[in-house]
Amino acid sequence: MPPVPRRTPLYDRHVELGARMVDFAGWEMPVYYVGITEEHRAVRARAGLFDVSHMGQLEVTGSGAEALLRKALASDIGRIAEGQAQYSFLLNAKGGIIDDLIVYRLPEKRWLLVVNAGNIETDLAHLKAMKQRGAVVTDQSAETAMIALQGPIAIELLADLWPKKALGPDTLKPFSVIHRSVAGVPSLVATTGYTGEPGVEIMCAANRAGDLWDGILARREHGVVPSGLGARDTLRLEMGYPLHGHDITAKTTPLEANLERFVHLGREFVGSDVLDKQAEKGVKRRLVGLKVVDRAIPRETYPILLGGQKIGAITSGTLSPSIDRGIGLGYVPVSLATAGTVLEIDIRGRMRDAEVVTLPFYKKES
Amino acid sequence: MVAEESYPEDLRYHHEHDWVRIDDDQAVFGITWHAQDALGEVVYFEPPAVGSQIEAGGSYGSLESVKAVSDLIAPLAGTVTAVNGAVVETPELVNAEPYTGGWLVRVKLDDIDAVETLLDTAAYKALL
Repeated sequence: MPPVPRRTPLYDRHVELGARMVDFAGWEMPVYYVGITEEHRAVRARAGLFDVSHMGQLEVTGSGAEALLRKALASDIGRIAEGQAQYSFLLNAKGGIIDDLIVYRLPEKRWLLVVNAGNIETDLAHLKAMKQRGAVVTDQSAETAMIALQGPIAIELLADLWPKKALGPDTLKPFSVIHRSVAGVPSLVATTGYTGEPGVEIMCAANRAGDLWDGILARREHGVVPSGLGARDTLRLEMGYPLHGHDITAKTTPLEANLERFVHLGREFVGSDVLDKQAEKGVKRRLVGLKVVDRAIPRETYPILLGGQKIGAITSGTLSPSIDRGIGLGYVPVSLATAGTVLEIDIRGRMRDAEVVTLPFYKKES
Repeated sequence: MVAEESYPEDLRYHHEHDWVRIDDDQAVFGITWHAQDALGEVVYFEPPAVGSQIEAGGSYGSLESVKAVSDLIAPLAGTVTAVNGAVVETPELVNAEPYTGGWLVRVKLDDIDAVETLLDTAAYKALL
């Protein structure tokens, strides 16, 4: 018997809003409320509100916290100050990505890792197995809710719910993190996200999630709409952001995944010797963005070909609501990973031309 | 933009959630309200070629939502005489008007009497 899917503190609200619920990483989550495309467009044009409480929060504290993270993470946490965040990876000894995450440097020598829902146990076991003296890793996922408010009007809307005497949220630079009350709910507010739009991810105690959600939706006249995981996926794909378990896995390295800008080499960390070697000799394959000539939709596992020969496979794909073309990510030999190269994707038995493009697929008009 | 649930009495239904409308000596195929609701917002229609033969129970094309691909199962055998170009251009017509503007193909049936093997509204609704 499959395990019973878990529910976030906002489950009843999703049902009341008429959401279509699906199982995602063992959680019963809203895939959409009205429609994926409509929610996607609302986030690009105004703002969307997402329940991402399924995501994991691991707190790292103690005198050994910094030493543990310097060894465990592929990015150099020495580069961020208190109140800042950084995109990073937990790697295995072969340089493969156990998980991608955001590390937040909090006051009082506390660190927070926000990790993928499906990897919480793996990440926790991996960190504990490193047996760093003085480091305490605590799983706070069950007590923590997380809501993402994303879109061009997100910050302006947030300002309405912000303490009157505090500096406004518009003063926060991207990848900042701060303790604030939002709509009266004590929260940790981070200017991070997974959509390519300005906005925040807000964490609060699970038992206050409803108040936070209701407080934001009470500002619906601004045009904020509840948005599901379907739109979250199409938004992140348009930006070329990878999804762990699909585009990046324990068998792919950050260099192969075209994510070397987030890795700080020249230091020792788990997997660094493999990455050093890859940086020196080059990688054999690389994750690229492929844009199909028409609206045909590439999907995970569909073969990528050149001259009839299979050279790779799609790791995730969709129809881009913003550019109205099929788009996908996939690994190809590095010689073919250059923008402008035309390859073919076998889409349900029909070959479609697809061009390797520079990510993101969607670029905001300025 | 999404239609109200309905299963018109003048249509015949197939258990794979297709409908058939007899129009002179030809038939029009589409998918039911239930099928479009399960699929979600349709974003892509891969039609068969005009002139192609389709077999009862076989796939004659596909409809895709953002999340899923659904094969179109032919309720009856015949030759495709027309494809609804409006749905190729605007796939969400399948959600908005599943029984009218959202029709998919027109087919010259091999055996028009075979339509009698399909379900009526009451029998189809009993399956849902």
